[in-house]
Amino acid sequence: MEQASPDPERQLQPGLLEPLGRSDAGLGVAVDEEAEGAREEGSGGDTMTHNNFWLKKIEISVSEAEKRTGRNAMNMQETYTAYLIETRSVEHTDGQSVLTDSLWRRYSEFELLRNYLLVYYPHIVVPPLPEKRAEFVWHKLSADNMDPDFVERRRIGLENFLLRIASHPILCRDKIFYLFLTQEGNWKESVNETGFQLKADSRLKALNATFRVKNPDKRFTDLKHYSDELQSVISHLLRVRARVADRLYGVYKVHGNYGRVFSEWSAIEKEMGDGLQSAGHHMDVYASSIDDILEDEEHYADQLKEYLFYAEALRAVCRKHELMQYDLEIAAQDLASKKQQCEELATGTVRTFSLKGMTTKLFGQETPEQREARIKVLEEQINEGEQQLKSKNLEGSNNLITQFIFGIQVWTNAKECFSKM
Amino acid sequence: MARSFGDKDLILPNGGTPAGTSSPASSSSLLNRLQLDDDIDGETRDLFVVVDDPKKHVCTMETYITYRITTKSTRVEFDLPEYSVRRRYQDFDWLRSKLEESQPTHLIPPLPEKFVVKGVVDRFSEEFVETRRKALDKFLKRITDHPVLSFNEHFNIFLTAKDLNIYKKQGIALLTRMGESVKHVTGGYKLRMRPLEFAAIGDYLDTFALKLGTIDRIAQRIIKEEIEYLVELREYGPVYSTWSALEGELAEPLEGVSACIGNCSTALEELTDDMTEDFLPVLREYILYSDSMKSVLKKRDQVQAEYEAKLEAVALRKEDRPKVPADVEKCQDRMECFNADLKADMERWQNNKRQDFRQLLMGMADKNIQYYEKCLMAWESIIPLLQEKQEAKKESRFLDGPRK
Repeated sequence: MEQASPDPERQLQPGLLEPLGRSDAGLGVAVDEEAEGAREEGSGGDTMTHNNFWLKKIEISVSEAEKRTGRNAMNMQETYTAYLIETRSVEHTDGQSVLTDSLWRRYSEFELLRNYLLVYYPHIVVPPLPEKRAEFVWHKLSADNMDPDFVERRRIGLENFLLRIASHPILCRDKIFYLFLTQEGNWKESVNETGFQLKADSRLKALNATFRVKNPDKRFTDLKHYSDELQSVISHLLRVRARVADRLYGVYKVHGNYGRVFSEWSAIEKEMGDGLQSAGHHMDVYASSIDDILEDEEHYADQLKEYLFYAEALRAVCRKHELMQYDLEIAAQDLASKKQQCEELATGTVRTFSLKGMTTKLFGQETPEQREARIKVLEEQINEGEQQLKSKNLEGSNNLITQFIFGIQVWTNAKECFSKM
Repeated sequence: MARSFGDKDLILPNGGTPAGTSSPASSSSLLNRLQLDDDIDGETRDLFVVVDDPKKHVCTMETYITYRITTKSTRVEFDLPEYSVRRRYQDFDWLRSKLEESQPTHLIPPLPEKFVVKGVVDRFSEEFVETRRKALDKFLKRITDHPVLSFNEHFNIFLTAKDLNIYKKQGIALLTRMGESVKHVTGGYKLRMRPLEFAAIGDYLDTFALKLGTIDRIAQRIIKEEIEYLVELREYGPVYSTWSALEGELAEPLEGVSACIGNCSTALEELTDDMTEDFLPVLREYILYSDSMKSVLKKRDQVQAEYEAKLEAVALRKEDRPKVPADVEKCQDRMECFNADLKADMERWQNNKRQDFRQLLMGMADKNIQYYEKCLMAWESIIPLLQEKQEAKKESRFLDGPRK
């Protein structure tokens, strides 16, 4: 069983920057300690730029989407969508914003950024990306990645993603994130240079850890169960919602047929003609209203999907924790046996290692306070997610209410037409 | 809307009243034609009929439903001011046949469909019986409103006789003079051309029936789609309950959403039931109505055809000029009465149709409005539930959340 021994230097070098006075009690301390190594390594000039960058208030937006064609890795023609990311700094005094950076990125680059963050911040629930492919679709047309509505919703999702990272006290300081926003060319190379792919844990290892951990932390186990069940229930919800939308579409569209037949019928009627004709018009309005209604509902589905992805991210953190726990237990075993060896060699042998250094290497930079802090952060993030969900639920029900009011309006109009027959 | 019925109908050939008319039905019908058509004003009515109280009868040979018919009238044709009898569907069917036979120049209202596919529809279910009761009630009311048909003796017997079967068996010939006369019209004559106004009626009825058929199909399709939508909703709601069980703070709002969707589902079910029971049957009745009306038009054609043929035959036989033989005169008389009756009935039918459809379509709109109002109420009631939780947790270390 290979043990991934964390190398402090490799882990920290490209990742963290000097903290800038935005510190919270527990975490601030932790971050300082971790940054200790980085400060020695980072170049002076770069650090100064980064410091200034974060001193001002930043506005990030994904403002545009554009269809592009290019050649992929296998030199084949492909079509993809690129998104324009604009960063503005806001002057404290007058509140005006100045455009500092703007560049184009495609979805795969966002993915790369996220995968990098997942590896380097295993204890943080990394914000989710919008779907790669349209899933849980209710209508065949909306399964197309080039569909303008899908692209628009993705644009919003990507913007939310960046904003959430920027508002996270730890993630926002990441250099690769900074480069993502500012350095168009060679960014991919910079990410790959961090060698994060090597650090990514294999799924098999993770599975092993689940079954072999002897003293699992109950809080993490509970969190894991919660995220599993949540994923399952939300997937179910999304599937049924898609079917509900599909059926509702059918109901509205069939009403459109009334429009045509009322019009034809009105042609042979004398007094009833006008009433029928205008009622038919209202039926047409009713039938065409469903497209907008369902488009609005897609936003609610998106929020549910975000929650789904958050659950996945949460699960990943729990999995990571299990891995670390497992490593910890194995290391403790090893340490015990090595201690024994050490004692056997004690007489006349120069100590070749320090116990403190050893535990630091094996256990990582984690102190009990740090672990507590991480759990606290997790819980806060879950609360925030719940908060958002409630507000989305509210929005969702507001949308429905608009739909019902519209329905009442249309039928009241139709009724008036009928009364004039 | 209300117009004097007498004007058109009294324009008869040779002036004056139809020759030899003496049967009671005709003279009082003439009287009625002179009166204003005022069904809307309840005070001038003198005949009220209601169909209600369906009961199931289980006998050795069969099981069937009877309906109570209550009649209130001040007319002289009725011995008592009030009657209450029980009738079953086949009695209505008998009545309708008799009316067609005895009043061939008039449009007889339709009955709800006789046959129901066994196994698909439960003949004794509450919904089916109620739908049928409404249709039978409408049938009798249409006859009641008709100035000629309401005085028909078969109708009278139907409303008053203790035991209808006796009359059925006796096969009393209660044909009106007109009925008798039309009965003997030979069908061998072919009409060369339908007069413009009757051709127009025929065309109208064709298109009308066609459009109603389309509307019937659309309505059925909508109900089908709504039922399928309902099936999905019934699965959708409970998932929120399942989710609610996982959560702490979110539990109440999620449970609320689940209940809300449940309420909307119930409202939708009510809508589809109403459309099935109240909307579709009326449409179908009108299609049957226009079919029977087209038959009457054809009969009229036959009468005219016979007249024209006989007239032609006379024209060829030069001896009888200039006096027109009696039997040709009879044919002409027959034809003109038929035309008059039919035109009068058509106008009456058009007015009633307009009222009926106005009511039917407004009812459909109403039902839909009620459905949306119920849904609206359900969702509005849980908004406070979603809102209060929101305000409780305003403080957050992070930005206020991504903007849309």
